[in-house]
Amino acid sequence: MGIQTVAVHSDVDSNAVHVKMADEAVCVGPAPTSKSYLNMDAIMDAIRLTGAQAVHPGYGFLSENKDFAKRLAAVGVTFIGPDTHAIQAMGDKIESKLIAKAAKVNTIPGFDGVVKTAEDAVKIAQQIGYPVMIKASAGGGGKGMRIAWNDEETREGFRFSSQEAASSFGDDRLLIEKYIDNPRHIEIQVLADKHGNVLWLNERECSIQRRNQKVVEEAPSMFLDADTRRVMGEQAVQLAKAVKYSSAGTVEFLVDSKKNFYFLEMNTRLQVEHPVTECITGLDLVEQMIRIAKGYQLQQKQEDIPINGWAIESRVYAEDPFKSFGLPSIGRLSQYQEPLKLSHVRVDSGIEEGSDINIYYDPMISKLVTYGATRAEALARMEDALDNYVIRGVTHNIPLLREIITHPRFVSGDISTNFLPEVYPEGFKGHHLDEDRCRELLASAAALHVTSQLYSHKILGTQRVSSAPMDQNNWELCVELGQELHDIEISKSGNSYIVKVDGGQVEVCGDWNLASPLLPLTINGTCRMLQCLSKESSGNIVLQYMGTLFKVRVLSKLTAKLNSYMPEKVSEDTSSILRSPMPGTVVAMSVKPGDTVADGQEICVIEAMKMQNSLTAVKQAKVKSVHCQPGETVGEGDLLVELE
Amino acid sequence: PFCALTRPLSAIACLLQTNIQSDCRWYSVSHLSVKERIEKKRKAAQMGGGQKRIDAQHQRGKLTARERVELLLDPESFVETDMFVEHRCSDFGMEQDANKFPGDSVVTGRGRINGRLVYVFSQDFTVFGGSLSGAHAQKICKIMDQALTVGAPVIGLNDSGGARIQEGVESLAGYADIFLVHPSDLPHHGSLCILTHLMLCLQDTSYLFITGPDVVKSVTNEDVTQEELGGAKTHTAVSGVAHRAFENDVEALLYLRDFFNFLPLSNQDPAPIRECQDPSDRLVKSLDTVVPFESTKAYDMLDIIHAVLDEGDFFEIMPTYAKNIVVGFARMNGRTVGIVGNQPKVASGCLDINSSVKGARFVRFCDAFNIPIITFVDVPGFLPGTAQEYGGIIRHGAKLLFAFAEATVPKITIITRKAYGGAYDVMSSKHLRGDMNYAWPTAEVAVMGAKGAVQIIFRGKENQAEAEAEYVEKFANPFPAAVRGFVDDIIEPATTRKRICRDLEVLASKKQVNPWKKHANIPL
Repeated sequence: MGIQTVAVHSDVDSNAVHVKMADEAVCVGPAPTSKSYLNMDAIMDAIRLTGAQAVHPGYGFLSENKDFAKRLAAVGVTFIGPDTHAIQAMGDKIESKLIAKAAKVNTIPGFDGVVKTAEDAVKIAQQIGYPVMIKASAGGGGKGMRIAWNDEETREGFRFSSQEAASSFGDDRLLIEKYIDNPRHIEIQVLADKHGNVLWLNERECSIQRRNQKVVEEAPSMFLDADTRRVMGEQAVQLAKAVKYSSAGTVEFLVDSKKNFYFLEMNTRLQVEHPVTECITGLDLVEQMIRIAKGYQLQQKQEDIPINGWAIESRVYAEDPFKSFGLPSIGRLSQYQEPLKLSHVRVDSGIEEGSDINIYYDPMISKLVTYGATRAEALARMEDALDNYVIRGVTHNIPLLREIITHPRFVSGDISTNFLPEVYPEGFKGHHLDEDRCRELLASAAALHVTSQLYSHKILGTQRVSSAPMDQNNWELCVELGQELHDIEISKSGNSYIVKVDGGQVEVCGDWNLASPLLPLTINGTCRMLQCLSKESSGNIVLQYMGTLFKVRVLSKLTAKLNSYMPEKVSEDTSSILRSPMPGTVVAMSVKPGDTVADGQEICVIEAMKMQNSLTAVKQAKVKSVHCQPGETVGEGDLLVELE
Repeated sequence: PFCALTRPLSAIACLLQTNIQSDCRWYSVSHLSVKERIEKKRKAAQMGGGQKRIDAQHQRGKLTARERVELLLDPESFVETDMFVEHRCSDFGMEQDANKFPGDSVVTGRGRINGRLVYVFSQDFTVFGGSLSGAHAQKICKIMDQALTVGAPVIGLNDSGGARIQEGVESLAGYADIFLVHPSDLPHHGSLCILTHLMLCLQDTSYLFITGPDVVKSVTNEDVTQEELGGAKTHTAVSGVAHRAFENDVEALLYLRDFFNFLPLSNQDPAPIRECQDPSDRLVKSLDTVVPFESTKAYDMLDIIHAVLDEGDFFEIMPTYAKNIVVGFARMNGRTVGIVGNQPKVASGCLDINSSVKGARFVRFCDAFNIPIITFVDVPGFLPGTAQEYGGIIRHGAKLLFAFAEATVPKITIITRKAYGGAYDVMSSKHLRGDMNYAWPTAEVAVMGAKGAVQIIFRGKENQAEAEAEYVEKFANPFPAAVRGFVDDIIEPATTRKRICRDLEVLASKKQVNPWKKHANIPL
């Protein structure tokens, strides 16, 4: 657009990608966000210093801060976003619902007050329509919540909840609200200019969430039909008009299994997941925001807004998906390759090879977006893109992302905000290999091992290597995966290997470049992208296959036999020691040496990336020693407390 | 060169009392033909001390001498010598047939590792606890002599209780024989030889000491366990006697095979070049941001080392000893190189007594075996203090200086950040005949850090902060060294790999000869 740009950054970000891309950069303070990215004084100084005429506030930080918008207005700098009164009106949860109701936007019907008798409760429930949720008004979150699908259950729910309300909270008020079963989170993107024109840019389906954070988003939603979409879009436009909205904004709805939709809230900023909308509509939302802020009229009419194909976004995070669907991890990206060689792939990232993922900010690595003419095409490309994404140095959530986008329920569109806990009630455990995949993995590992053994013979230009040619073409190997040993016969011809494993035969072909992190193989005629993370002399190989990391050990048959004599390594007794499950800061230490803790009792609290994690004892024991203090920064695996 | 040490120490005398007779060793029957007798002896030799002892060895989580050889060498490449040798002792009932084992307590021969020649001896714990007899020593000396004549390395797999007490002085003479062999091979002729070069050992099962815990207790009244006194942890982390420890026999032997590929067969052979799939001109972008902005902040030198090498393949030597310096072997565009790097993560990467000695030994190893040396420098200086001075840091630091100065192999140096004072000189500087010396833009070549320097220059004066800023501006950058030609170029970190690979190609034909002397006089 020919606009000169200025980036603001904290001192730890001085080498960040956004800083390198901008024409100028200003450091606004030290790492903690309160002292840099949220430090309005410093940012105002940066604006003055560089003579900036407008500010795009991004997604988080000050993007929905009306005071910041006011301060900008006071010095005549344009805030690229809505007016302050819209920010304020939509920023308040209760007020925004009232405005929405007034604008004839569907809101969740409910009653909050004293309900005298069970029959009154039934009456209210019938008015709202079943199913309904009953709970004490004073109880927070889902605590003491009961769901009633008919009159009988309502009476029962009334009894329990009113008792609880009185006994636990001393507050008789009950909340009876429409219960939304299998809720989906579907949001409408709106775009409004300062001349009263408002467009809806279709929906985004963001139901796949963990801890209320979105993980996978797509546009459009498989669930909406054209009518529902239009009605939702029109209601979103009504709301935007009601608050004289300008710029890009998002109206979030909960949608139940019968396609009833209810207003949740409006985000008065650009959303993280906006690329999927850009992909299907062909509009550049940031460009539009800048045009609108400048006062231009929208060029498009509602009928110009298409749905071209399908787009999917995966949020790639530096976090360990095996721990409650993702606990933050930190580290240095020692190797980093985005799958940009593939077509129809967009990667929005703020990091590059060598970047540090630190504990100060959100651990997002990138937004990986793929698109295609159909959903199936977009999904297939996403699968490829995830397999081709090289991230080394930090633990990342690609294993989980790949499992989600290939899960039958996701593929068929049967999703809700409870998708993750429903599909993985025991927590995420990585890809489960079926028999065929398992054979393929074993065969690939064996072939890789043989390739690397042959490579070891390739000493150049010396006369003193045995002239006996390496004419060995058949090997007997033993591959360990999990606790199981698999006997393998493998023979080589050219670049391909025929592998006999577990009663089956697998053919593996490839270029076998041992220096590359990617290992493109053709297994039984199917192209598969594997990644080799490490390969040690001891025969240990770590491969990424179907998104998940598998540790295998490949040994010759003889070595495997001799290895069986080796003593097993005794693993550490983990019940008496507490290690930090993630890097972070100790915010509270609840025990001291000599204390006795009960099973499940909190020992300390670790804060990482704005998240507090309480660590508890797994048995009753006496505290032997404490190795950290509140305020201390700890790394993953650091010893915190020892029990007796 | 490498001595995979697997537990000496065990009461051999006791073992000898137990008279195990095993069928397969029972051969002194005269009616057998020579051919049959040969067959019998061969079979007996294969069984060492018999099945029971083999089982016992396995139960201890250890392999037998032959199993170790089999694992170490390429399949079917082992050619055994002296399988029929027996001990000559006739005292204490040792002359009985039941106490004769064909091959005695050591297996010797030659074979190949990845097609490359190697001589090997492997002590057999199942025969008299692997104890060293005259015959045993003779067998080892024989293959050492052969190795010497053809210029091939010897790998010793040690698993012995010590000298065979029944033999008395003859076994001690055997020790002397063995130890006499190696010094002679070092300066000029030939082979990488035993113990002296590299020692690998096993966690939990390797012990090595001059005197055991019992003697220690009686002499110094010190209570110490075998593990504390001479276990793998002690020798790899505290004493620096062993160069690397492994979990068990199998792991050690598998690593040894790969490690062997880095080394030339003898000091007269060039270092090997392996085919390389990692592009030599690969740009390593991650290096551009590896050095933190604050010069007081640490980073991991291994991040740099791993990123630059072929396939990130680094065989670190002494990884748990004197961790403020990192040394090890790797390849650059297929050529074996020795890597030396200060480790800012540990003790700021300073040089102290232990790290100087560790570095010096490694540099001399590389120089002895024609392996080019790549040095990554981030050193704030020598560690100050009485402990270091009383310990002789001057003398020990000089070893590293001496080693770098004396080395005639190609020497390439990259200054990543600090290069302060005498420690800068020591770390393969231009002043020590460095062939190519580079500085990254983050390099600071100075006498000392700005703060310390200003405190001395402007002692007692005000405006120290201002003076410090001036000092930083003047010296905390690569220019002072570059304008004097002490570094050949200031390079973008991402191009480091490309630069080193190109230089190594050019330097492959480097010839440099030190003035003749009987031997150098390193400050030992």
